[in-house]
Amino acid sequence: MTDVVATNQTIIVVGGGISGMTAALEATETGKQVILLEKRPYLGGRVSQLYKYFPKMCHPTCGQEINQRRIKMNQNLTVLTQAEVANISGNTGDYTVSVTLTPRYVNNHCTACGECAKAATTEFDDEFNYNMGKRKGVYLPNAMAFPQHYVIDQRLIGTAEADAAKAACKYGAIDLDQQVETLDLKAGAVIFATGWKPYDANKIQPYGYDRFANVITNVEFERLMDPHGPTGGKLLRPSDGKEAKNVAFIQCAGSRDKNHLAHCSRICCMASLKQTNYVQEKFGDDGKSTIYYIDMRAIDRFDDFYQKVQDNPNVSFIKSKVAKVEEDKASGNPVLHGVDTEGYKRYANQHDLVVLATGMEPSVDFKGFPVKIMVNDEGFIEQDDSNGGIFAAGVASDALDVNRAVQHATAAALRAVQVVNQVAGA
Amino acid sequence: MTTAVNQAMVEKYKGNFLKEVTDNVEEGSWVKMCMQCGVCSGSCPLGPHWDHPPQELFMMIRANKREEVLSSTSMWMCTSCYNCVARCPRGLPITHIMHGLAHYSKRMGMKPKHQPTEQFGQMFWDNLTKKGRVNELKLGLGLYFKDGFAEGVKVSMGKQKLGLNMMKAKRMSPMEMLGGHGVKDLSGFHAMLKKAEELEAARVGENTDAK
Repeated sequence: MTDVVATNQTIIVVGGGISGMTAALEATETGKQVILLEKRPYLGGRVSQLYKYFPKMCHPTCGQEINQRRIKMNQNLTVLTQAEVANISGNTGDYTVSVTLTPRYVNNHCTACGECAKAATTEFDDEFNYNMGKRKGVYLPNAMAFPQHYVIDQRLIGTAEADAAKAACKYGAIDLDQQVETLDLKAGAVIFATGWKPYDANKIQPYGYDRFANVITNVEFERLMDPHGPTGGKLLRPSDGKEAKNVAFIQCAGSRDKNHLAHCSRICCMASLKQTNYVQEKFGDDGKSTIYYIDMRAIDRFDDFYQKVQDNPNVSFIKSKVAKVEEDKASGNPVLHGVDTEGYKRYANQHDLVVLATGMEPSVDFKGFPVKIMVNDEGFIEQDDSNGGIFAAGVASDALDVNRAVQHATAAALRAVQVVNQVAGA
Repeated sequence: MTTAVNQAMVEKYKGNFLKEVTDNVEEGSWVKMCMQCGVCSGSCPLGPHWDHPPQELFMMIRANKREEVLSSTSMWMCTSCYNCVARCPRGLPITHIMHGLAHYSKRMGMKPKHQPTEQFGQMFWDNLTKKGRVNELKLGLGLYFKDGFAEGVKVSMGKQKLGLNMMKAKRMSPMEMLGGHGVKDLSGFHAMLKKAEELEAARVGENTDAK
């Protein structure tokens, strides 16, 4: 049985991405008892799937490492992975959160030596790479995974392969008898840092994401750049593995659109500007990028970044929402059709690869939430007194970039700390 | 040939064409909602044949290009496929605005000359209002002969087989040539149209009165 101590002075943080980790750490570093719940087998969330951050073009692994170290140093923080909230009840200062823990089948004796994975053969779609590559049924989810323990896929349980993996382990770390557990945890305040998911590009029918191999999304593009990614860090397009030297970015793919997401997802302009840098990084002056946009939203200090990209002769900007994408059958090149707003010229432009700058939608549908909270039309949690001791952190509250998500998470931590302080009578 | 009401509108709105469109064109109040993304223009199947795609028309309205907009052939090219309406990220009823603009340009006497859609529209209206029912035989023949007698005979001969088949299938009667069928209460129908015209004239008058 998993042994977790929780009282009504505990803060529970749901979601172990950058916002959840930040909220949990900020709260626990004030001396509070915090439990961090994460659905995936590792912390880091979607940020861990990014190649680089804007505007500094640094690697997210760096900040990830700092946060992992902070977690290890804090005795008051309990991290539960493969944990999902099944129910929540109660009121401010007195919540009960029911948590379902699905088994990893690997305990903390694991040294991540990888012998178990060598004994396994069956492959599954790799979620970490947005299903673009394969991983084994016994696997380390990613190089930076925290906790640094292997995972055995539920679908292998009961097979000879799972037994072989167990036999290969020299540390007695594999326990194939682990069962699903349910925990009822007490909490004074709960922070939802449940984040986002990319808008489903299949719903944007005219762009042909479902039909054309060389139309991908911005999150998939990030994975292509990762040395551990499906292409080993090469910018190769999916249809024929050709180098993608002429890349088109379609902005507002599903955002600012009554037919899709009504809100502006805020990060996609900067993400595409950042990704033009990737094309330069790989191909130098042979790499060309074209951004099709309604208007570029690079706010505040990001404008410097935008101007730098504008000064790059290898990047062109076309002010136009692309009407439709077709495929040139012979070359497999996507062809973009539309009308340019600056001059009203009709175009039909061929590119090697099209990247849809898909927007953010909340990963959790809060509409059927078991306790009353304020949710706006876009599905994000609104800050409201009637939410009691329940707070949103990061993208659960709105479409935010990492910088703003972290700021927001710190604020959420302080709000939660105030609630448990009142419970304690401090 | 511009109309008196056109002069009155020019007087009243004095260089604020967007306001004029907002006030007087059907669904015209949506024009200011356009964010110039251009997805309508790119999605229009007739797009390459327009002088100005919808997005450009909307910008021209805002830029006060009254003359160019109202005498344009563009809005007459709309076939009501609704592709633009389906894709517009802001939900503008673009098809309806196009028809509204076409109607308004006609009312202002600024419609383009020899525009077939406009000619057919007028023909359809005259045909329909005569008896309250469309006389398809007369309407069809009228369309064939609109470019002169010789052209009419040529088109009619070409469509001979279609006409005979329609008669066989009882979809068209040659007797329609003699008067044709109509609504039961024809005078009531005409009275209704007259009243509607009066109301419309009053509405326009109200809008053109200097206040």
